[in-house]
Amino acid sequence: MQNIETTQGRSVPARKRKSSSLGRILKYTLVRGTTLLITVVIGVYLAILIANGGGYVDEMRKGQIREQVSLELAGNQEMQFLTLKERRELEDSMVQIRTEKLGLDRPFMVRSFEYLWNGLTLNLGSAEYLLSDSGSRQVRNILGERLAPTLLLMATGQLVLFFSGVSLALFLSRRYGSFLDKFVIAMAPTSSAPAWFYGIFLILIFAALLGWLPFGGMIDAPPPQTAFLRSLSILKHMILPVLALIISSVFSTSYSWRTFFLIYSSEDYVDMAKAKGLSDRAIERRYVLRPTLPTIITSFALTLITLWTGAIVLETVFAWPGIGRLTQQAINLFDTPVIVSTVVIYAYLLALTVFLLDIIYSLVDPRVKLGGGGTRS
Amino acid sequence: MKGLSNVFRQLRTYPSAVAGLTIIVLMVILAIYALVTIPYSEAVQLWRGGDNVWLETPRNARPAWLNYFYKDKMPETIVLRTTDDPSLKTTVDLGGGVSTSDMLLEFDYNYDGFPTELAVFLTAEYDSARPNVTMKWITPDGREIPIADLSVRAQETYRISQDTRLVRRLGGAQPEIGLFADPTNPGKVVKGTYQLVAEGLVFEEGSTVDASLVVYGQLHGLAGTDHRRRDITVALLWGTPVALAFGLVAAVGSSLTTMMLAAAAVWFGGWVDWVIRRINEVVMILPLLPILIMVGLFYSRSIWVILGVVILLGIFGSGILSYRSMFLQVKESGYIEAARAYGAGSGRIIFRYMIPKIVPVLIPGFVTQVPAYVFLEATLSVLGLGDPVLPTWGKLLNDAHTNGALFNGYFYWVLEPASLLIIAGLGFAMLGFALDRIFNPRLRGL
Repeated sequence: MQNIETTQGRSVPARKRKSSSLGRILKYTLVRGTTLLITVVIGVYLAILIANGGGYVDEMRKGQIREQVSLELAGNQEMQFLTLKERRELEDSMVQIRTEKLGLDRPFMVRSFEYLWNGLTLNLGSAEYLLSDSGSRQVRNILGERLAPTLLLMATGQLVLFFSGVSLALFLSRRYGSFLDKFVIAMAPTSSAPAWFYGIFLILIFAALLGWLPFGGMIDAPPPQTAFLRSLSILKHMILPVLALIISSVFSTSYSWRTFFLIYSSEDYVDMAKAKGLSDRAIERRYVLRPTLPTIITSFALTLITLWTGAIVLETVFAWPGIGRLTQQAINLFDTPVIVSTVVIYAYLLALTVFLLDIIYSLVDPRVKLGGGGTRS
Repeated sequence: MKGLSNVFRQLRTYPSAVAGLTIIVLMVILAIYALVTIPYSEAVQLWRGGDNVWLETPRNARPAWLNYFYKDKMPETIVLRTTDDPSLKTTVDLGGGVSTSDMLLEFDYNYDGFPTELAVFLTAEYDSARPNVTMKWITPDGREIPIADLSVRAQETYRISQDTRLVRRLGGAQPEIGLFADPTNPGKVVKGTYQLVAEGLVFEEGSTVDASLVVYGQLHGLAGTDHRRRDITVALLWGTPVALAFGLVAAVGSSLTTMMLAAAAVWFGGWVDWVIRRINEVVMILPLLPILIMVGLFYSRSIWVILGVVILLGIFGSGILSYRSMFLQVKESGYIEAARAYGAGSGRIIFRYMIPKIVPVLIPGFVTQVPAYVFLEATLSVLGLGDPVLPTWGKLLNDAHTNGALFNGYFYWVLEPASLLIIAGLGFAMLGFALDRIFNPRLRGL
């Protein structure tokens, strides 16, 4: 009885506050967005400090300038008429001009903020070795080309993971103690391995042994003619990496979510709803899923952070032409600008994922909507 | 102590914990075995593999025990050396410093598969006149095939498989196949005793010549070999202590520091708490792997440097928040009040009163973290950022991946390190899950 009284007692002011709930959500989103933006700025600055640690990158760039200048001078016929000393002086002055042009003569602290701005706007100049497929050297073009495949793969994987996780968890909480339930608990430790690890096994089974699915890549070579066949081909190439993503996390996420569901299904108001004779589905939707969703979304955010980390190797293993594979190629070629910009891109992607989840969180969490509790901690 | 034995008694009721603990103990034994049998310097040298380390092992050979499952038996490597067995060599003095040394290298070949390569390694001692060696091959059915006529330097490697003239003589067949195949049925091996007769002729007093024949097989050792003829067993063995050390040190290091920070944040409160929480928010969203990649590229690939950075970044994360909420409860308890009353300092209260209270929660926490770090090392290695000198499981996977092991059918090369990784990971994860249930009674009913 006490329960009903309190809900009734609360529902009246709640209705009054409803008009401002949109404002609260907006405020919450704004605060979280700003925090995340500051986080990204600090993260990128840290990345720049690490990348330029001890002026290492600067030395490298200065060395490149000198080499370039001396090569240019050596190839120039007119220089033959100059004496050695004059040539040296010319070379030194040219190096000086170019260093100043790139701003390498200013103190590092000043430049680091310029790098920070360039990093944040992804205006990172040109790559040293890598080219985009269209032949551009601009880091921005290279990244732009690779962003779409990564987003496609990761978004698909994350969405499928979320919905399969929630429905599996609900199913398990309904059949608490069944064989499947015990099986999922027993399998939960397997989530300690990252997605690429399962990817190797999937390639071994479905590509090498059975030959049903391709070893890797994103599209058949040569690509099919019509758009429909092309998307089918991409879909076929996506099956294994998405499956690897899901296998690597579905057991532990559905195990922990099932535990949340079970905790919330033992609440008094659920018993009350049962006593009222509501259907199982209605109970699940209104009384179990709703209070659990904020917790689930928070835990999903943590899962996604690990998934993004693993994406680099997942793409490498499946030769998926995304940012992860670009990172790996840049590592092998030691292409500094590209590596730094992938760090920036991943910081953005992570922050964006968390931000999106925060918006959803603010929409489903009554504490944000009604202003009843504090922010999440 | 009583608490500890109590935990063990409870652990025994969880089969997964027993299995996990068994795996961990076995891994530790394996790690100790590796460290004792192959010292660090030797492991590094073996894995870097100079020119003469892996002369007598085949390339990309599968593990030898696979023969138990094959209907057609595959050959293992056969090595015959005249230096090991002087009876293989008969020396006749012809006078005037000239003498013959006939070497008869004889072996039984009863396999169904062909060897992968054939090579003769010759060594000679002389002052100015090089010894001469003529070699011929005698098959079990009595055919004699002349192979080569060589003038031997101090060290001579004659790779029979790469002799193009011999290929022509064998009618275009690769020597390792042509010398073993049945002439009427070229796909079949003639079984029986093969002989390599090497007739040496030395022209100086005291000059000698020795030969060793290596028939490279298709199988090798416990674990097979890789593309550089290295025995994979070395890396599998040495990967164990590396993985265990990396995982344990990273997990213990980061969870201990996390706990201390959380305790300090709660105890001092105010701006300390605020700063720690803000730093935590930033670090949680930092992309860990790309930063590790940068450190690996620009500073050092040494596993210990990476380990330090991993611990540093691992301090922050979701863990600090949950420890914080626990410490908030601990801070309010009566015995802390009592400690404060008798005048205990902040350090004493944090280390002697607050942290010991939380240790039971810490243990399952770091045990479940170990696999994540073990896999992190493998992840870095797969990206080509593994420790430059140490053989690890991740480096095996990286080699296998870059050499298209799955595409070319060298499954053992991927499966062996992968199964060790998953076994180690599962061991810690299963133990951690069980410990979590013992220390968090709230979960036990569910």
